[in-house]
Amino acid sequence: METHTAAALPPELAALTTGDADALDRLGAQFRAAAAADDLVDVAYRVIDSPVGSLLLAGTERGLVRVAFAREGHDSVLESLAANVSPRILLAPARLDDAARELEEYFAQRRQVFDLPLDFRLATGFRREVLAHLPDIGYGHTASYAAVAALTSSPRAVRAVGTACARNPLPLVVPCHRVIRSDGSWGAYLGGVDAKALLLGLEAA
Amino acid sequence: MSPQPPFEVLVASHGAVVLRVCRALAGLQDADDVWQETFLAALRAYPSSADVRNWEAWLVTIARNKAMDHHRKTGRLPIPDGDDALEATGTVAGSGGDAVVHAVEAGETAEQVWAALAKLPPKQREAVVYHHLAGLAYADVAPLLGNSEAAARRAAADGMKSLRAHLVQDREDFS
Repeated sequence: METHTAAALPPELAALTTGDADALDRLGAQFRAAAAADDLVDVAYRVIDSPVGSLLLAGTERGLVRVAFAREGHDSVLESLAANVSPRILLAPARLDDAARELEEYFAQRRQVFDLPLDFRLATGFRREVLAHLPDIGYGHTASYAAVAALTSSPRAVRAVGTACARNPLPLVVPCHRVIRSDGSWGAYLGGVDAKALLLGLEAA
Repeated sequence: MSPQPPFEVLVASHGAVVLRVCRALAGLQDADDVWQETFLAALRAYPSSADVRNWEAWLVTIARNKAMDHHRKTGRLPIPDGDDALEATGTVAGSGGDAVVHAVEAGETAEQVWAALAKLPPKQREAVVYHHLAGLAYADVAPLLGNSEAAARRAAADGMKSLRAHLVQDREDFS
């Protein structure tokens, strides 16, 4: 990203750019730590590897606010967090340590229930009501979109349940992958159908 | 108005340019502190800065103000006099190993360039830093200098001419 200026940089000034990369790594780390200590980080994030690809984890002071699959485009997810929560977003892994650890345990089949503070501010109204019911579907079980709708205040809103699952800001942790079609087929998943199959297989094992 | 990017994007995209400006205006020794102060101040002000049009120019402006604050606070002058500058070129090896080696290979050491910049009249120095080192357009340099685009262009051109002369002079002094 600095190439546009580096290319135009007069050779007389080149010496002032030496050692940039190392210096910037060090300065960036110090800055993120100082910003966190001063409570200036409204949204902290980190990216972890998982069996379903790299996952973006983002958290506010209230709790985990977003889990995003790579196919959602992590950059655009961060832009949308900037617009909808706060632009004071920094790579600050420490705040996501608990979430990263619990997900790692989940993928290692050592955890069936997540015990994390969650910030549901990205889901409102009926979508939020649907998400509140999803943890009722226990580990290793599935429920149809119609069965989930029946638990809500709008028992016939089957399609809206599908939308709520498709736009779940906290997939994996809020288990929308356990919601399947009435005919038993998997249905769509925001992490991709392969990811849904992997998760249901993992939980069935 | 385009939405504000995540602040992390500003650090990644403009951290290098801000570091060059800090080095040029505050000196190599104080540049890291000024860089930190710049980004912390920017992060504090970020939520109320949605109307900013050019984030790089905004950050460079904050860096300029922080560099001036730093000079006032430390009581250290931004500009070494000629002798200090020449001495400094011989002593930097201890402070920044690899960087200095690369700089020597590049022709001048960072200290030499900084010392040469410091000899320029303030307007010329700032014009060179904002346009040539930070890559800002003259339209964005002018408000920083408090003059017109044409005057900013002239100051940068005159600045580069004097800078070359100072660097040549340095080389002759050493040979």
